[in-house]
Amino acid sequence: MKTRDAVELAGRNLRESVLRNSLTTTGIAVGVASLVAMLSLGVGLQQLANRRLTRSGLFNTVFVFRQQRDRGPGGRRGMRGDSDAAQPSSPQTPQQPPRLVDEAARQEIAQLPGVAEVYPDIRFQGELRAGDRAQITTLGSLPPSARDNDAFETLKGSYFSAPAAGEVILRREFAELLADKPESLIGQNVTLRYAEREPMKPGQTTEEYDAGTVGFGFSVVPRERTLKVVGIVDEEPFGGFRGNSDALIPTALAEDLHAAQPAGLREIVGGGSGREQYTSLVVRVSSPSGVQKVEDGIKQKGFGTFSLLDATKSLRRFFTILDLFLGIFGSLALAVASLGIVNTLVMAILERRREIGIMKAIGASDTDVRRLFFAEAGAMGFCGGALGVALGWMIGRIINAGTNLYLRNHQLPSEQIWSVPWWLVGGAIVFALVVSLVSGLYPAARAARLDPVQALRYD
Amino acid sequence: MATHPHSEQLAPVAAQNAVAVEVRDAARHYAMGATLVRALDGVSLTIAAREFVCLLGSSGSGKSTLLNIIAGLDRPTAGQVTIFGRELAGMASQELARYRRETVGIVFQSFNLIPTMSVEENVELPLRFAEVERAERSGRTRLALDRVRLSHRVSHRPSELSGGEQQRVAIARALVNRPSLLLADEPTGNLDSRTGEEIMNLLREFNRELGMTVVMVTHERSLADRFADRMLFLADGKLVPERSERSG
Ligand SMILES: Nc1ncnc2c1ncn2[C@@H]1O[C@H](COP(=O)(O)OP(=O)(O)OP(=O)(O)O)[C@@H](O)[C@H]1O
Ligand SMILES: [Mg+2]
Repeated sequence: MKTRDAVELAGRNLRESVLRNSLTTTGIAVGVASLVAMLSLGVGLQQLANRRLTRSGLFNTVFVFRQQRDRGPGGRRGMRGDSDAAQPSSPQTPQQPPRLVDEAARQEIAQLPGVAEVYPDIRFQGELRAGDRAQITTLGSLPPSARDNDAFETLKGSYFSAPAAGEVILRREFAELLADKPESLIGQNVTLRYAEREPMKPGQTTEEYDAGTVGFGFSVVPRERTLKVVGIVDEEPFGGFRGNSDALIPTALAEDLHAAQPAGLREIVGGGSGREQYTSLVVRVSSPSGVQKVEDGIKQKGFGTFSLLDATKSLRRFFTILDLFLGIFGSLALAVASLGIVNTLVMAILERRREIGIMKAIGASDTDVRRLFFAEAGAMGFCGGALGVALGWMIGRIINAGTNLYLRNHQLPSEQIWSVPWWLVGGAIVFALVVSLVSGLYPAARAARLDPVQALRYD
Repeated sequence: MATHPHSEQLAPVAAQNAVAVEVRDAARHYAMGATLVRALDGVSLTIAAREFVCLLGSSGSGKSTLLNIIAGLDRPTAGQVTIFGRELAGMASQELARYRRETVGIVFQSFNLIPTMSVEENVELPLRFAEVERAERSGRTRLALDRVRLSHRVSHRPSELSGGEQQRVAIARALVNRPSLLLADEPTGNLDSRTGEEIMNLLREFNRELGMTVVMVTHERSLADRFADRMLFLADGKLVPERSERSG
């Protein structure tokens, strides 16, 4: 018998005793629903934790800087500039000569798989003046993607309107120095005074430079720029981990300003190439789990790197165990439901004894009979699975709504603590199908074994 | 070819060359606790192709047992059954199922239609097992129902039909796979004599016009007299001459 016929016959058999079969199917649906609800809770919690970690910006970032070769075993062991402090496992034996952290390096690193974005970490001294008050401070720079950082959750005003907008976001503490009411600064213009680095052109400066004994040099020129205050933040983004800065401007704008940075001096003494170098590059990795690979790749190229140990690793282990337990509890209901299938099908065999005998008499093989019962079990499993996913989805919605109601009552921002990914939808239906088919094994074998002569003997 | 002496005696006038059924020393025993029930006890017979044979015998004499063995529904405890040259004992259950759906059509006393299916679906069912293409199925179903003159009741359920009509549906179902051997176990047993006669006429029609070999079990000697080419008598699991059947 062809599968299509088996399914068709199974379908009509299921419709014949619709109450019993729909009760059995509902049993499976409840089992699947509990499984889906449990697992989606696990997945949702995991995503929530991951999201928080990612938004802190600490665990998906690799810092790249020029490798310091001149450092002995007892050398400087700080956080910055010493990759081994964070990654003691990787030996300090670079095959590559130290590389310059310049535009070429930036392009190259951006090509690595798993890298979402590379941007320079530009930091410079400057004076900000609002009205008659002026303060000297360190300015930092941020790309558009940093908008997702959790520091901006409590941002007053708005984030930069464009990647290179002439705008500035101030830290509240610093803004208080410029105005009595920091919020009043939003929308106001402030004046930035800074030192611009201007490369020397031959013939423009000293004889030594003109004679070619020194390959490269620049002059420092004071500049002014008007910036509009668009926002005030309470906390330092990235937990202040990248260094303190009281005022933040867009990265692209910072690059445009060509402000003199400490690294510039090193270029001169270190016999620079004439190309502009960055103090450090910030590499944003697509996911925290990819940090190790990306960091190794960058190290291979001859750069110094630094990252925090992947904190999500232990978190993932925790959630795997949590999901496992939730899955086991969810499956219990499904196991009970599968007994329902066995029961229903065994009942059906007793009832349809004669029918099975007839089918065999008119040419059905044992395999045909077995397939028919399998198809019935499978159909119940599939329908139960689909129904269960829908039910589980609804339960999840309710849990979510309830949690958010609770969070709102406690003045907390709402969270998505529950999530049904597509693999769970597909997986749950397939799982229900497999469980049903396994449950159908015994009844189907029993039906196939039935002796047609005995089955047809009595009326 | 050594045949049983009794069947030799009752051989039909019309000689047939091809052999449809050959049973040799077939026995079917059931162990009932300590006692052994001999439902069939050494039966040998030969039925020629296109022959219409009636099996007679008192209740419990083993008629159904013999028919089921020929149908490939049951296996003999001992002996051989050869149908159109093919030995059934050597067949695996899968092959036996194939033999049943390709070579044999069966009709029972109690009709044995599937109550949840319509007339048409009942008749179509063997075609599903035979994996006949969908497009071909409805045509063949119609043809079989035409043959038993039931084309007008196709969408009814069996319970909505009279006994005679139900038996005609069962016959259509037996025909639909174009078997060369039609087996009937008391097909008129549940019918009044007029309806029974209709059924007998149908069977004879298939025997004559379609060239089917018919083996029919019956209690009714009068029907057998009128329709059969030949009669075989069973008593206590053995083939017997007519006389001893009557006395038993
Ligand atoms: N499964 C079984 N176990 C034990 N004995 C059986 C079994 N099946 C059949 N028999 C016995 O075998 C004998 C022959 O049975 P069978 O059904 O062939 O008789 P029959 O000639 O068809 O009778 P009837 O005319 O009543 O249909 C009977 O005595 C019956 O009791
Ligand atoms: Mg009988």
